Formats: sequence, structure tokens, C-alpha cells
Amino acid sequence: MAGSYGSTLRYKNVERIKSIGKHTLLGASGEVSDFQEILRYLDELIIYDDMWDDGNSLGPKEVHNYLTRVMYNRRNKFDPLFNSLVVGGVKNGQKYLGMVGMIGTHYEDNHVATGFGNHLARPLMRAEWHEDMSFEEAVKLLEKCLLVLLYRDRSAINKFQIAKITEVGVTISEPYALKTFWGFLAFQNPTKGAEGSW
Amino acid sequence: MDPDLSAPHSMGTTIIGVTYDGGVVLGADSRTSTGMYVANRASDKITQLTDNVYVCRSGSAADSQILSDYVRYFLNQHTIQLGQPATVKVAANLVRLFSYQNKNMLQTGLIIGGWDKYEGGQIYSVPLGGTVLKQPFTIGGSGSSYLYGFFDQAWKDGMSKDEAEKLVVKAVSLAIARDGASGGVVRTVTINAEGATRNFYSGDSLPLWHEELEPRNSLLDILVSGASPEPMSI
Repeated sequence: MAGSYGSTLRYKNVERIKSIGKHTLLGASGEVSDFQEILRYLDELIIYDDMWDDGNSLGPKEVHNYLTRVMYNRRNKFDPLFNSLVVGGVKNGQKYLGMVGMIGTHYEDNHVATGFGNHLARPLMRAEWHEDMSFEEAVKLLEKCLLVLLYRDRSAINKFQIAKITEVGVTISEPYALKTFWGFLAFQNPTKGAEGSW
Repeated sequence: MDPDLSAPHSMGTTIIGVTYDGGVVLGADSRTSTGMYVANRASDKITQLTDNVYVCRSGSAADSQILSDYVRYFLNQHTIQLGQPATVKVAANLVRLFSYQNKNMLQTGLIIGGWDKYEGGQIYSVPLGGTVLKQPFTIGGSGSSYLYGFFDQAWKDGMSKDEAEKLVVKAVSLAIARDGASGGVVRTVTINAEGATRNFYSGDSLPLWHEELEPRNSLLDILVSGASPEPMSI
């Protein structure tokens, strides 16, 4: 939930997950102003689709594809939107999860991540994700990843939101904090016997 | 965005040195970063130079380590030749010598704090260029930017040991809340006539500041305790 300003943790209440239409959740990392612009684009897209009033509605696959085109075309004009996006949702019983980067790189998978998550979270998810996980298992896995990122990413703060989307609808949790662990014996006196080291 | 793992290790840092009635309290955070990656979340930035003099290090991890190693070595020789503990003033000026003469190559800001029988507790600030300044209290590192206003208001002369330590811990904790380059635990070293004492304040024992929340084990605990919101449907 952090909005950084250089190395200052300036804003501590930024909502980075928004719901799009009836079937999609969008999460963003990177420049907040660009994310807000993307939300405007999507708003227009959803409204125009809705105006057809034909019983059809844009699902996560369509939103993902649209965002991919937007990001890639901006990259080609050397004027990128500085975001990495996670797009997920359920439509007609079909689950979908994808990622789009600021240069238009995109893919679909059972688990995706942005930024440091690519290095720290994806290995954890590769090891522990399996088909037909329960909601509780999924939350536990996500929290495991979030904690590692909190320890190791300078731009992270201890404030998170977890969002869930099912055929029934969307839930975005209230912001909450995780317990951190500092009780390793080695943390107490790390330079004992090696004065001047870390 | 690849973490720049070949970026020099820098201790973004928040470091503080404060005198009180009878000694000094030195404080620091514990985050060492390589670019945006936290290379060490439990570093010890308060380094011993002699039994009675410690230094808080900030800036380049390598530069500050090598400088304190050199100073420790020479201070050790000096103590032997002198026949009694080195004074804080001598330690500070030795640090200044290295800092100033190598100013083109070094990038480290230091706070020297200690106690000797001649002048009691003293704090010396040695910032980037190699200036030495004796001060009743001083702050350093990237996190210190967020503390100037705080100290303008909260500092007072003649504090007790406990007041001084509480002030230091509160200040480092405030800086950690706003500086991405500072984080982890708060370490303090208190030095007086009796000697030097280390303390450790872990992340979860620090107070919560604006827009910070009480830590929990998991979202599932919140959901189970009955606050389960109905899914939004449009």
C-alpha cells in the first residue's frame, strides 16, 4: 500500500488493487499517476462496452489483452506507463490470471508477480502452488511471499490488502499488517568476535 | 526491474548520538541495502573503536568499515603508548584525519561517541567532507532528514540515561517509518563511567506511527473473527 517518493515512504494508504467491471481485478506496481490514468482508460472501456447493452461484458482475458496493447504501444512511442500490472478474474466459471509489464511483456500463469516479487515470490509460489488450493492455503502462501518482500524490498511497508475474485463477486480486504520475526540469535550480536563487520 | 546486485552496499541508514547527564547514547537502524534490495536486515552499524569509544557508521558500508578498522588499529597502538584509555577527542580527530585526507575517495558519515575521565560523555560528528564538530547531540544518514524537526522540538539538555535512550529509540523508529533506506531493528550502545552496554529493540516492539497498523499473524485471523465482508456484486 506504499506510494514512494524517491527513497521517502511518502504515502502509506495507496490502494493498488481495483476491480474492473464485474469480472476482473487489477493490481499495479510502479508509478501511481500512470496507474490512475490506466484506470481512466479502463473506465471508458467498460462504460462503452456496457452501453451496447447486449448482455455481454468484458472479462479478465479481454482486459489483459487491452492493457497489453496499451502498454506496448506506449513503449513504441518511447513514452511508457511506468507500471507492472497483475490482471485476474473469473468469467463463466473460467479462472484467469495474467501479467503485463511496462514494455508490453505479458503472460498468463497460475501465479504471477511484479518487481522484486519476480525474484523472491515466484520461487516460493512455484514450490508451493498446486491445483485446487483452498482460499486459506492461497492466503497463507501469499502472506509468506508478502513477508519476504517486506523484509527484503526497500520500497515495501507493513500494510497489505488481499483481494479475492470468484464467480460470485469481488472482495478486497481492509488494510492489515503482518507480524515480523527478529528473534534469531544471530541478530542479537552479529559482530561479536568480528568487530567492525556487519 | 532487476535488483542491482552489483551496486555498492550502502547503509542508507539512520544514526544518532546523544549526550546525557553522565554519558552518551548511540543509536542506529539495521538495514544495509544494495540498490533496492535489502542485503542485510539486521546489520550492526555501531562499531567499537576502544572499550570506551564507539562509532556509528553511515554511507558506504565498505568505506566506513575500512576506516573504522584503521582507526581501531591506530587507537590501539596509541592506548598502549599512552598507558591509559584513549580520549574520545583523540578518537574523533583520528577519524577526521582519515576522512579528510581521503575525502575524494570516501563516502561515509560517522558519529563518534564515548566517555573518558577528563571530559565525560562526548559526541563528535564527522560528516562527508571530514569536518569534526563536538555537539550535545547529532543525527546522520539518509533517515536523519526526517528527524531535524523532531529533535528541534524534543531535545533538551541534562536528560537522564533512560530519557536519552527512549528519545533515541523513538527517533530511529520514526525515521524507519519514512525512510526506505532505513529499517529493521534499533540498536543502541550506552557508554558511561561504568562501561558500554548494547541494547536491541526488535521491529515488532517499536511503537506504531501514523497510518501504521497492529501486526497480525494472518488475514485469516481477521476473517475468522467475524468481520467477513460480503463480496461486492455489481
